Amino acid sequence: MRYDRQIKLSEVGNSGQEKLQDTSVLIVGVGGLGCPAAQYLAGAGIGKIGLMDHDRVSLSNLHRQILFCEGDIGKSKAQVAKEKLEQLNSEIRLVAIEEALTIENAERIFSEYDIILDGTDNFETKYLINDASILNEKPWVYASIYKNEGQLSVFNYQNGPTYRCLFPKTTRQNISCEATGVLGVTPGILGMLQATEVLKIILGVGKIFSGKLKIMNILSGSEQILNIQKKPTEIEKIRENGIIPVKIECRIKDAEQKYLDIREIFEQPKINSENVIQIPMSVLDERLWEIPKEEEILVFCQSGKRSKKVVELLRNEYGFEHLKNVEGGIETIIV
Amino acid sequence: MKVNLKYFGMIAESVGKTEEVLELGENISLEELKARQVQKHNIADPESIQLAVNQDLNTEVELKDDDEVAFLPPFAGG
Repeated sequence: MRYDRQIKLSEVGNSGQEKLQDTSVLIVGVGGLGCPAAQYLAGAGIGKIGLMDHDRVSLSNLHRQILFCEGDIGKSKAQVAKEKLEQLNSEIRLVAIEEALTIENAERIFSEYDIILDGTDNFETKYLINDASILNEKPWVYASIYKNEGQLSVFNYQNGPTYRCLFPKTTRQNISCEATGVLGVTPGILGMLQATEVLKIILGVGKIFSGKLKIMNILSGSEQILNIQKKPTEIEKIRENGIIPVKIECRIKDAEQKYLDIREIFEQPKINSENVIQIPMSVLDERLWEIPKEEEILVFCQSGKRSKKVVELLRNEYGFEHLKNVEGGIETIIV
Repeated sequence: MKVNLKYFGMIAESVGKTEEVLELGENISLEELKARQVQKHNIADPESIQLAVNQDLNTEVELKDDDEVAFLPPFAGG
C-alpha cells in the first residue's frame, strides 16, 4: 500500500500515519522552498495542504521550483501545484490559495491550518507569518537563503522563541534569490528540511529545531547550530497589539526627477516617495490618464526589462514621448 | 585576549572571509567588538545583526579569552 515504507518505521506506524492524515499544513509561497516541501508532504499523506501563492510561473523559476514545467509558464503557481500534487496523491485534500498573504487575510487563513511552512522570500511576509502564528497559536517552520547559505528554524512551537526573538530589528537589505542568484538545490535542501520538521512535529519524534537556528553552507559543507533566546517582550507586544506590519521602504536618490513604478503591488522593496507614480503593469491600460504627457518620466521595474517594454508600448501606441527606461532596474535609483 | 570570529551571509562578503582569529590587546565588551568590526569592514545595517557567543544568541555575556563570536545577518531569500 501507499504508505507502507514509512509505516514500517517504528517512529511512524499506523498511529503516526493517522496523525499525518489528521493534520493540515499551509505552505505560504510555492517557490524554491515550497515546491519540494509540498511534494514530500503530499507524498507522506498530510490530510490537507494549503498552497498559497499570488504569483505566476515564469521561465527563470524552473531551475529550482521543481513542480513546474515549461507548459506551466504564465499559469498560477498555486493552481498548477494543486493539479500536479493531485496526480501524486489523490487521497489528500489540496487547496489552492491564489492570494498574497496580507494583514487582512493572515489570521483567517492561518486559523484553518495546524502548521505553517514559510516558503516566502521577503522580510515583510516573514514577520507577518510570525505575528499571525503567535495570534493563532500555530508553530511555523522557517527557512531563508542567501546565495549558498541557508537558515532553518521552528518558531512559536509550544511557546518557544519566535522570529522576532531571533531578529527583533530587520534590515532594508532585502535581497532576493532573483537578485543574488542561487543554485536550484539550495532551496531544495532547505525546503526538504522544512518538510522534515513538519513531519517531526506531527509525529512527535526526534529533536525539533525550536529554539535553535541551523545555518548551513552547501558549498563548504559547514553547519552551525545556534541557540535562540526567547524574548517574552517581543511576543507579548504582538499578543497585545495584534500584527505589527513591517514595512521595508526605500527612497529614490533623485527627489527632483519624476518616476513611474510599473511593478506589481507585492514586489519588494516598496518605494515611498512623492515623485514616484505607482501603476502596476497589469492595470496600466486602465490608468494611463495618471501619467503626465509633457514631463520627462523615468520608468522602472525590478530589472529594467518590463519597463523597457512599457516605454516602447506607451510611446508607439499612446503617444507618450517623454518616457525613458531605467536600464538597470530599481537597484540603480534607490538609497 | 583572543576571540574566534565567524561571519555569515553578506557579512562574510564584506569581511572577505568566513572566519578569523582576532588578537585583542585589552579586554573588550561584545558591543565594542561589534562596533569595531562593523567600522573596520564597513558592514551595512549593524542594528539588524545578531551576535552569538559560543553558539548562544545571547549578547548579555562578558567576552572571555578564546570565545567564539558569530556575526549573523538576517536574510530572506527563498
